[in-house]
Amino acid sequence: MANLIKTTRGLDIAISGAADKILHSFVLSDVVAIVPDHYHAITPKVLVKEGDIIEAGSPVFYNKVCESMKFVSPVSGKVLAVNRGERRKVLNITIERDKEIAYKKFKAANPDSLSGEEIKDLILSAGLWPYIKQRPYDVIANPDIAPKAIFISAFDSAPLAPSSEFVLSKQMDDFQTGLNALSKLTAGKVHLGLRKVTKLYEGLKNVELNYYQGPHPIGNVGVQINKVNPVNKGEVVWTIHAHDVLFIGRLFNKGIVDLKRKLAITGPEVTSPAYYETITGCQIDKLVLGKVTSNVTHRYISGNVLTGLKVTGKSYLDPYATQITVIKEGNDVHELFGWAMPRFNKFSTSGTYFTQIMQKLFGVKHFEFDARVMGGKRAIIMSGEYDKVLPMDILPEFLIKAMITGNIDKMEALGAYEIAPEDVALCEFVCTSKLPLQQIVRSSLDLMRKELE
Amino acid sequence: MNALRKIVDKVKPHFEKGGKLEKFHSVFDGFETFLFVPNTTSKHGTHIHDAIDSKRTMVMVIIALIPALLFGMYNTGYQHFLAIGQQVSFWETFIFGALAVLPLIVVAYAVGLGIEFIVAQIKGHEIQEGFLVSGMLIPLIVPVDTPLWMVGIATAFAVVFAKEVFGGTGMNIFNVALVTRAFLFFAYPTYMSGDVVWVRTSDTFGLGAGNVVDAYSGATPLGQVATAATTDVQLVNIIKEPISFIDGFLGLIPGSVGETSTLAILIGAVLLLVTRIASWKTMFSVFAGGALMAWIFNVAGPDTAAAHFPWYNHLVFGGFAFGAVFMATDPVTSARTETGKWIYGALIGAMAIIIRVLNPGYPEGMMLAILLLNIFAPLIDHYVVEANIKRRLKRAKTN
Repeated sequence: MANLIKTTRGLDIAISGAADKILHSFVLSDVVAIVPDHYHAITPKVLVKEGDIIEAGSPVFYNKVCESMKFVSPVSGKVLAVNRGERRKVLNITIERDKEIAYKKFKAANPDSLSGEEIKDLILSAGLWPYIKQRPYDVIANPDIAPKAIFISAFDSAPLAPSSEFVLSKQMDDFQTGLNALSKLTAGKVHLGLRKVTKLYEGLKNVELNYYQGPHPIGNVGVQINKVNPVNKGEVVWTIHAHDVLFIGRLFNKGIVDLKRKLAITGPEVTSPAYYETITGCQIDKLVLGKVTSNVTHRYISGNVLTGLKVTGKSYLDPYATQITVIKEGNDVHELFGWAMPRFNKFSTSGTYFTQIMQKLFGVKHFEFDARVMGGKRAIIMSGEYDKVLPMDILPEFLIKAMITGNIDKMEALGAYEIAPEDVALCEFVCTSKLPLQQIVRSSLDLMRKELE
Repeated sequence: MNALRKIVDKVKPHFEKGGKLEKFHSVFDGFETFLFVPNTTSKHGTHIHDAIDSKRTMVMVIIALIPALLFGMYNTGYQHFLAIGQQVSFWETFIFGALAVLPLIVVAYAVGLGIEFIVAQIKGHEIQEGFLVSGMLIPLIVPVDTPLWMVGIATAFAVVFAKEVFGGTGMNIFNVALVTRAFLFFAYPTYMSGDVVWVRTSDTFGLGAGNVVDAYSGATPLGQVATAATTDVQLVNIIKEPISFIDGFLGLIPGSVGETSTLAILIGAVLLLVTRIASWKTMFSVFAGGALMAWIFNVAGPDTAAAHFPWYNHLVFGGFAFGAVFMATDPVTSARTETGKWIYGALIGAMAIIIRVLNPGYPEGMMLAILLLNIFAPLIDHYVVEANIKRRLKRAKTN
């Protein structure tokens, strides 16, 4: 392994419910919805109206700020409604899907024979651009500014995350085509982050392989960028999830927008966690009903337990979700004197609990989790907590303080360009003072973007 | 437990907005979260959380203080009966000491928590647990004969001006307990130094009455060093029997309530280090910095008793160990960067010894050393942070 990067900083949370490597057949609700709020920092302008018949790949709305950026329907069918909320804000666009998906035809082409511009235009018009994000600011990439490199993490180290090897297997053709297309979009390299040498990734072309060892968040692309080619002021790096590269590959191989993905349904409250093939926009109930334990209040999470969105059964699967996690809500639990009890079943990085002893001496693999915050919000008291779970050359506590005080110069100097909310998710998990760090980072990045762009 | 929960649920509406006891919302919330882990679930951000919270953190520090507290109680009784020349049982000794120390604890907690409750209600935030630790530290770092009204005033001063005006726990610059001690030290110097305050010679609630023996002198070991006429001082206990390093380590000597036994303090230190609440870097570097500085004075210092006081004795006599374990490691007022902790700790240790040796007015230097470095902690961090910023800028230029 030529480019091996190791770290010990981070944390693997011992939670049960990882998906077995079994793929169940295709699941999709009869009504599918596209929710503009799932895409951060765009202003939607709707192109369809009630009753329109559309195909998979037909544009449904575009971004007013960047008109070439289209957002397309994942299925074919009839537009049921464009639901609007206060001040005519678009809440979602619901589509009654056809039994058989009819695809809008795009020009299938070998990316090697196309120029970067042509590839970019095709991805934009096919509505796959929103899958490409950028650092700084962790937003959908600005197509007008070429990145110095593109980073893809081929493994997800988050709790109960799906196995990329399992998802990508049998689709390596599409994956390679996707990589070929992406490599045309940058003058720099396309970096693919891997956990270990695997046969599956042997022979991949147009890509630089880097290997990483360590606990979560080593699989986060932000950490990998920081280790390999950090984002400096004025520079842009693009990122895309490995599973989403498949969509781009299919577009070039087959000329269609095929958003089918292998979604992992995971978590301690799922009776038999496994993979299901589905499409973004599917109603959550369709995916989880009958697959979860009974007699408890559940929390459905679109994504993983650290960074996912809180959803209900009536919500729709967001485009970036590669897994659904179900845990207990826990709002009916009243633990007496919890602060003084040994609480052997609780997971903590702090030495005030027996987590490590239970793990090392008694071989306990899983602890009990629910959605409780388990403490009151305080000012930052303990020091050094965040550093232990953020393996970047960044002083997270000082960056967060600069963000809380809205000091943009300080944020810039302390590395805000390199960070995304997901990178501080573990910091938020371990925080004794229970501060909403991801929210702080998100709103600060938005503030920076507004002030500096 | 269910019955208790039912009672809490029943009275809860009165304390909510619009209830008739709305004014006591913060206090009620404080008691409710003391009884039950709050059942609020995350609205956004991470869906699961580490089970640690600030209550458990603070309670661990209090547990770590218990060996020093219990030993301090026993030692208070021991010194008293040694002074009046009476032989009494273990329990009689302990009970005397406990009765002498308890009022200090009660006053410190009542005043400090009272202010904390009021401020929390005015600001409309939850009650912060920081004072639970400060309130236990205060009785342990004052002489047992400090008048209670003084403790009350000093605590009130410290909580208001060293903590609440900065925004409460986590925002304060100075260690609250040490500000209490410093206030007493400068406002009432005759009660905080010399050789009459360290041993209770009178009775406590009628217990242990008697007259001091002829040989009695209540000077602490460091007091003896500071006032010694020769450079080679023989330390003695309060009835003029010679004492040495091991007595300082075990702690049956006069001094502030909780500071005398290095052994009891080290038991607390082990708990703080195992639970990783205190930074081992800070703690270790205070001892290392102090030992090194004292050794330098031993080898090349001026010709005084304090400079010739062996370096290992500096670590066990006076408040050095207590300060190193419980005060210097206060995460809020100490340096917050990992590199900064080494510098911060080492400077506290060195500064404490410098004050002890070179300042004729103060036999003890730990309190002032920690307060001084509290001021400098942000500066130390500033340079560590600047180094990180410079590294990032350099990277941008070279690319």
